[in-house]
Amino acid sequence: MTTVILTIILGVMVLAMAIIAIVHKKTITAILAAGAVSLFASILYLVLAAPDVAMTEAAIGSGLSTVIFFYVLNKIRQDA
Amino acid sequence: MKFLSPEYISMAAGFLVILIGIWGILANKNLIRMIIGFSLFDTGIHIVMVAISYLKDRTAPIIDETINTQEIAKQITDPVPQALVLTAIVIGLGVTALMLVYAMKLHKEKKSLDITKFNDLKW
Amino acid sequence: MLRKGIITVILIGFAVMLLQLFLSFNGNEDLNTTALHYAENGIEEVGAANLVTSVVVTYRGLDTLGEVTILFLTAAIIGLFLKLTREEKSEKREVRPTSEILQTAMKVLVPVIFLFGIYVFINGHLTPGGGFQGGAIIASGILLMFLADPNRKISHGLIAVIESISGISFVIIGILGIVLAGGFLDNHILPLGKFGTLLSAGAVPLIYIFVGLKVGSELSNIIYYLNQTQKEKK
Repeated sequence: MTTVILTIILGVMVLAMAIIAIVHKKTITAILAAGAVSLFASILYLVLAAPDVAMTEAAIGSGLSTVIFFYVLNKIRQDA
Repeated sequence: MKFLSPEYISMAAGFLVILIGIWGILANKNLIRMIIGFSLFDTGIHIVMVAISYLKDRTAPIIDETINTQEIAKQITDPVPQALVLTAIVIGLGVTALMLVYAMKLHKEKKSLDITKFNDLKW
Repeated sequence: MLRKGIITVILIGFAVMLLQLFLSFNGNEDLNTTALHYAENGIEEVGAANLVTSVVVTYRGLDTLGEVTILFLTAAIIGLFLKLTREEKSEKREVRPTSEILQTAMKVLVPVIFLFGIYVFINGHLTPGGGFQGGAIIASGILLMFLADPNRKISHGLIAVIESISGISFVIIGILGIVLAGGFLDNHILPLGKFGTLLSAGAVPLIYIFVGLKVGSELSNIIYYLNQTQKEKK
């Protein structure tokens, strides 16, 4: 039963962050929300008995890809 | 209640994230926001695939002392979708980085990220 | 208005399609045939405690080779796009100085992060983790170095050499599998050893070390090129 409740909480968090990532006006907040989607998804993978996938998603999805988004956003702001 | 189990809940969440990603790709005109939509789409597909690999009351496919080696097949979840998602995440990073660098180059040429301004091939 | 209508129609279409998929999923009671084979014969055939590793490295090893190739191609294209011209290289970059805390923390943390990344990919066949995760962790260490000092010079040649050597070694191990054992990327070219120890599972740890080095150097390469483009706003 605890697994079910945990899954529901994590699923709702993933969806909430995904909606913020699309509708929020500031691009920086949207990028951070997209990183948070990956972070909550990685906890969800851990609940679903996939530790390998959880590690990859935490290191790549919410770490490196957020930073790459920020590098590109910063470069675009300099040129503007 | 069939739908009140972890695999169904997370699969529904994954499908909804896919829909939100498609919405983000279609509704936004800013290239960076569209790429965020693509990366959400990616994450949604990964959640669905991991949800398929889940089996009730079983442990991760790593064999240690707690697993009875005679009946491994009855105690672990499916390793194949997990292996596929593992490679898909890494490719996803590469493709996202490539899309972002293209967006950066387009912005350098056109001084804009709005896709309605890119009308060189429009007829 | 027309645009919003079209978007709504497309979204409803996708929603109906995905709902069909969701309702037709019946939940699994047992492993399917492929997974059953991997679960029952994985220990004798591969000898790795982590079954995900045995699927990634041996059973579906060719997929991994293709995946590493795709990553190499994206890194190469990004390098082609972001390569600086000679004038840009010679002009001094203005960057905001970083804080004392970040610089000191970088000196303490980067060796630990590298060590952890290496631990993760050497133990890929025993514990969760492996080449991809370890490579990503090493790239995070490189990223921390650049965040603390954006003007830091790292040897780009060294990264390229590590990348090519590990890529070639991966393919050579695969071909050795054809010559000495059953087929491409067969791990029986080395003895299987005792199950659950560090030196077990034949060539699996060796292949994962090369995958880890290759993924780590490719991701570091992407970060290196992106860092070069950053400047302080005038």
